[in-house]
Amino acid sequence: MKAFTYERASTVEAAAKAAASVQGARFIAGGTNLLDLMKLQIETPTHLIDVNHLGLDRIEKTANGGLKIGALVRNTDLAADKSVRQDYAVLSRALLAGASGQLRNKATTGGNLLQRTRCPYFYDTRMPCNKRKAGSGCGAMQGMSRSLAILGVSDACIAQHPSDMAVAMRLLDAQVDTMGADGAARAIPIADFHLLPGDTPHRESALKPGEIITSVTLPKPVGGAHVYRKVRDRASYAFALVSVAAVFGKDGGARFAFGGIGAKPWRVEAADDAAKSGAKAVAEAALAGARTTHHNDFKKTLVERTLASLYRQQEARA
Amino acid sequence: MKFDTPAGINPIDKGRVVGIPHDRIDGAAKVTGSAPYAYERHDAAPNAVYGWIVGSAIAKGRIAAMDLRAAEAAPGVLGIVTHANAGKLGKGSMNTAPLLGGPQVDHYEQAVALVIADTFENARDAAKLVRIDYTPEDGKYDLAAESLKGVMPPDSFGTPADTKAGDFEGGFAKAAVKIDQRYTTPDHSHAMMEPHATTAAWNGDRLTLWTSNQMIAWGVGEVARTLGIAKEKVRLVSPYIGGGFGSKLFLRADALLAALGAKQVGRPVKVAIARHQIPNNTTHRPATIQRIRIGADKDGVIDAIGHEVWSGDLPGGSPETAAQQTRLLYRGANRMTAHRLVTLNLPEGNAMRAPGEAVGLLALEVAMDELAEACGVDPVELRIRNDVQYDPEAGPQRPYSSRKLVECLRAGADRFGWDKRKAKPGQVRDGRWLVGMGVAAAFRNNLVGKSGARIGVDAQGKVIVETDMTDIGTGSYTIIGQTAAEMLGVPLDQVIVRLGDSRFPVSAGSGGQWGANSSTAGVYAAAMALRAKLAEKAGYPADKAQFDDGLVKFDNKSQTLAALAGREGLWAEDSMEYGDLDKRYAQATFGAHFCEVGVDIDTAEVRVRRMGGAFAAGRILNPKSARSQVIGAMTMGVGAALMESLEVDTRFGFFVNHDMAEYVVPVHADIPQQDVLFIDELDDKSSPMKAKGVGELGICGAGAAVANAIYNATGIRLRDYPLTIDKLLKAQAA
Ligand SMILES: Cc1cc2nc3c(=O)[nH]c(=O)nc-3n(C[C@H](O)[C@H](O)[C@H](O)COP(=O)(O)OP(=O)(O)OC[C@H]3O[C@@H](n4cnc5c(N)ncnc54)[C@H](O)[C@@H]3O)c2cc1C
Ligand code: SF4
Repeated sequence: MKAFTYERASTVEAAAKAAASVQGARFIAGGTNLLDLMKLQIETPTHLIDVNHLGLDRIEKTANGGLKIGALVRNTDLAADKSVRQDYAVLSRALLAGASGQLRNKATTGGNLLQRTRCPYFYDTRMPCNKRKAGSGCGAMQGMSRSLAILGVSDACIAQHPSDMAVAMRLLDAQVDTMGADGAARAIPIADFHLLPGDTPHRESALKPGEIITSVTLPKPVGGAHVYRKVRDRASYAFALVSVAAVFGKDGGARFAFGGIGAKPWRVEAADDAAKSGAKAVAEAALAGARTTHHNDFKKTLVERTLASLYRQQEARA
Repeated sequence: MKFDTPAGINPIDKGRVVGIPHDRIDGAAKVTGSAPYAYERHDAAPNAVYGWIVGSAIAKGRIAAMDLRAAEAAPGVLGIVTHANAGKLGKGSMNTAPLLGGPQVDHYEQAVALVIADTFENARDAAKLVRIDYTPEDGKYDLAAESLKGVMPPDSFGTPADTKAGDFEGGFAKAAVKIDQRYTTPDHSHAMMEPHATTAAWNGDRLTLWTSNQMIAWGVGEVARTLGIAKEKVRLVSPYIGGGFGSKLFLRADALLAALGAKQVGRPVKVAIARHQIPNNTTHRPATIQRIRIGADKDGVIDAIGHEVWSGDLPGGSPETAAQQTRLLYRGANRMTAHRLVTLNLPEGNAMRAPGEAVGLLALEVAMDELAEACGVDPVELRIRNDVQYDPEAGPQRPYSSRKLVECLRAGADRFGWDKRKAKPGQVRDGRWLVGMGVAAAFRNNLVGKSGARIGVDAQGKVIVETDMTDIGTGSYTIIGQTAAEMLGVPLDQVIVRLGDSRFPVSAGSGGQWGANSSTAGVYAAAMALRAKLAEKAGYPADKAQFDDGLVKFDNKSQTLAALAGREGLWAEDSMEYGDLDKRYAQATFGAHFCEVGVDIDTAEVRVRRMGGAFAAGRILNPKSARSQVIGAMTMGVGAALMESLEVDTRFGFFVNHDMAEYVVPVHADIPQQDVLFIDELDDKSSPMKAKGVGELGICGAGAAVANAIYNATGIRLRDYPLTIDKLLKAQAA
C-alpha cells in the first residue's frame, strides 16, 4: 500500500470536485475491494476521499413508482429492505448470493458496481496484464482462464465482471445516477455504465474523472417470479462460474441477465425474445458471439443447464 | 522407559480422566484471543520491528542484479537482508530449496529479500521498491508431460520406493476380473488459518524464535544447521499454533529471515508469510498420477494388486508416497507398488495431512468401487471379503497389532442406512437432485516415536507437565493433562500443561498422527518415574501405592501429593522409547466412510447431504477432540474430492490461484451433518496408552466416498480430482 492522504468529504459536490482536482484521487466506500487492491499495489491512489458520510444511505420510492437506492446503502441493508424484497426480489437474492455476511455489511451499492475483476493474473503484479498495466499482455488468455469471461471479451482482455448485484440491476434496467466535478447530475443506463475491454481494458466504467455515483434508480417493479441462480465451485462464498437473473412472467415470457460469463453484466434482448422457446433457445441467443478458451468453454453448457434448471423450477411451480 | 513388550493392565486403564470427553483446556484462551500467537509476542519482544518477504518473480534462473537503493531510502526502512549480505548459510536437511534464494532462484516466490522497517506498512511498501533483474532459465512444470522421465527415488521415511510380493504380472494376467485405471490428484495447499509467522530476537549469540512450528526439536536443529551455530544457542517457543496440517513441520522462510533480519538491525524482527505468498513460497502436497491394477476372481476376491505413482518435486526432493496403503490394506498373493519421482521446478512439495494415504486412497478406493461393480458385489461386502489380518506383503508372520476394518464397515453401514443404497447408479431422485451413496475404507499408518516429558507436583498439589510437544489445534494440551491427571490421581483442573518450548524435554512433536499416542506415552513414562519418587518419599512400595483423590495410598494409610512434594516440589523426567513391536506387528488405524450426495440434474452441482463414519484407532484419549479431528479431516476430504486444486501455469511455473478467494476449500454451507462412531479398541502393542493416532485418519478415504457417491448418483465415473462441474458436464456430454 502506497502512502496516501485522506479526506472525509462533507458534500457530494465537494467530493466530486476534490476527486477531479487531485491527481490520483479515489473515492472510498466500504473499502472491501479497494483496500485489498491497494495492499497489493494493484491500485495506488495518492488521495482517498471518504464518501461514507454524505447521507447517500437512503432507499426511497420515486415519483413514478420506482426505487432510488443511495450509493452508500450497504449490500446487507439493501437485500433486507422490505420494498426490495417485495418488488425486486431478484435483487435481494442476487445480493445474498454474493460474498459473505461480513463483507456485505461493509460493501456498498456504488462500490459493488465498480468492483474489479477476479482474474488471478490481475491480482499478481509480477504477471502480464493489460488491465493492470496497459500493453503488458494478457497472462490469462493462454493460462488459467477457467473463471473468466466468454462474452464481450477482446484480444486484450477476457476478464469477467464478478458482481452478482449488478446482474440483477442490469436485469431490472436500473440507471446509475451521478454527479460530475462540475456539479452536474447525470443518469447513465446500466447497460452503458460498464465498458467492454476492447483495446482499453483498464477503462471499466463510463464515469468521468471526479464523477461520483449518488444513487441507483430502479424503474417500476417488473411483475412475475424473480429468481437468481448462482452456480459456483462451492455452496457459498465464491464468485459465480455462471449466474442467471430472471423474471418469469405469467404469460410464459421472461427476461434474463447473466453473471460470470461477461466482461460486464450480460443481457441481450434476443434472449428475452426467445423466452417462450425454452432454455436451449435462450442460451443460444444469449451466447451469440461467445469466445471461449480451453478452460472456460464449459460455461456455454453451464449457461444452458442453469437456464434449464430455472425452467424446470418454473414448470414445477405452475 | 522402553516399550518393547505388549502393555498389561496399567494406571491408564482406570479410565477416570482418559477416554472421557473433555473440553480443550486451552479452548477459552484460544476463542477469547488471549492465547498469544508467534506474531503477537509483544510481551516477549516489545520493541520488535517488521519484516516483509520479497518473493522471486521467476520460477527458475538467476538474479542478475539487485538494486536496493530506492527501498533503503523509503520511509522507516531499517535494513534489507539478501543473499549478498546474509553471510554464509547452510541448508537445512528438511527443506529442499534454500529458504533465502539468490543468486540462484529455485522456484517462484522463493524468498530473495527481507525488507525490515519500523512499521508493517512501511516494510510492505518498501519491499515493492526492491528492483531485481532476473535471467530466467527454462524449467519443467508439467507433471504429466514429464512423467516418463520419472526415476526411482531413495527410501522415504524408512520405506522403499518399490515393493513386490509374489508375481503381480502373472497374477493380474490370469485374473477373471481386471481393473486397470489411471487417476490424478492435483497439488493441494494446507490453507491453515494462521500463516507461517515468527518473532526473532538475539541476545548476544543466543537466538530466540517465537514461531509457529509443529516440531520443536527438528526446528532447533534446522536453525542451527542453516545459521551455522550451536543448537544450544537456539531456543524455539511455539505454545500456540493456528493450524499446520504439515506445513509447519519444518523451518521455513519466516523463521530464518526473522533471525537474519534481527541480527542485521540489532533488534527483534517479526515476519509472517503473507497469505498470497504461502502457496508458492512454502510447501504443498504434490500432485500425483496414479495407475491401479487389480485382478480378482469373479466374487471380487483379490489375487493381484498393483499401484504405481508419479509425482514431482524440485531436484533433491521427495515423492508423494501414495501407494503406501496399497501395501497393507487388502489381501492378494501377487502385489507390486512403485513410486517414480519427476523433477519439476515448481515450489517445494512436502507433507500435508496424511501424506501418501490422503491421495492414495482417492485412487485406490475408487478402484475398489469399480471392482465391486465389475463383480456385482456390494462395495462394503467387497472390502470385507478382502480383509487381511496381517501385513499382506510380509505374510502371516507379521500380524496386525489390531485391525478392526470389518467392524468399522459393518457398524458404519448400519448406522448410515447403507442397505437403502441402490446398486445401480442413477436410480434415486429427490426433486432436482440425483442422489447416491458411496463408501470407502479409511486407512492410515500408526507411527510411534520417542517422546519425553518432565512432570512435577508443587506444594499446592498441582501437577505440572512440561514437554516440547505442540498443540496445533488438535487438543494436545488436553490429552497430556488427562494423562497426567490419570497417572497421579488428580482431577484435570489440577494439572498445568506447558508445551512447545525447546527448553522442555524433546517430544515426538505433531505430525503423521503420531503425536497424541507418542507424546502421552512420554508423559506416562515421566509419571511412572514421579509415582516411584512419591511412593518412596511416602515410604510405600512403589508397585503397590495407589494414586487417587490427590492422595498416595497404601494399605489404610495415605498422604497428600502436596505434602509429599514439599516446598520445593518433586519432579521426574523420562521418555518413552520403542523396541521392535512396530516391526513385528503391522500397526495402523482403520475406518469406513459413508457419504450421500445430491447432484443437480441440470447443472451438475454436487452437494454432500450426509457423511458418516466408523473408526478404530486404539484407545480414544479424548472423544470430544478426537471427533473434532475426524470431522475436520472429513471436511478436508470433501475439499479434495470436490474443489481443492492449486492450478499450475506451465508457462511461468507457479500456482496461479494463490489466495483464499481462488483456492477454494469447503465452507460451512458445503458440510452437512457428520456422524462419527469410534469402535472400542485397545492396542496393547502401540504403547502403554493403548492408543493410536487419529488426527489424519479422517481424511483418508473421505474424498473417495464422495466420488463413489457421485458415481452412484449419476453413473459418471471421474478419475481426475477435483470433481468439478466442468468435468461432470464434459463427462455427461461424452
Ligand atoms: C472475499 C470476497 C468475496 C467476494 N465475493 C463476492 C461475490 O460472490 N459476489 C459479488 O458480487 N461480490 C463479491 N465480493 C465483492 C464485494 O461485493 C465488493 O468488494 C464490494 O461490493 C465493493 O463495495 P465497497 O463499498 O466495499 O467498495 P470499495 O472497495 O470502497 O470501492 C470499490 C470501487 O468503487 C469506487 N467507488 C465506491 N463508491 C463510489 C461512489 N459512490 N462513486 C464512485 N465510485 C465509487 C471506489 O473508488 C473503488 O474504485 C467479494 C469480495 C471479497 C473480498
Ligand atoms: S484477462 Fe484481463 S485482467 Fe486477466 S490478465 Fe488478461 S488483461 Fe489482465
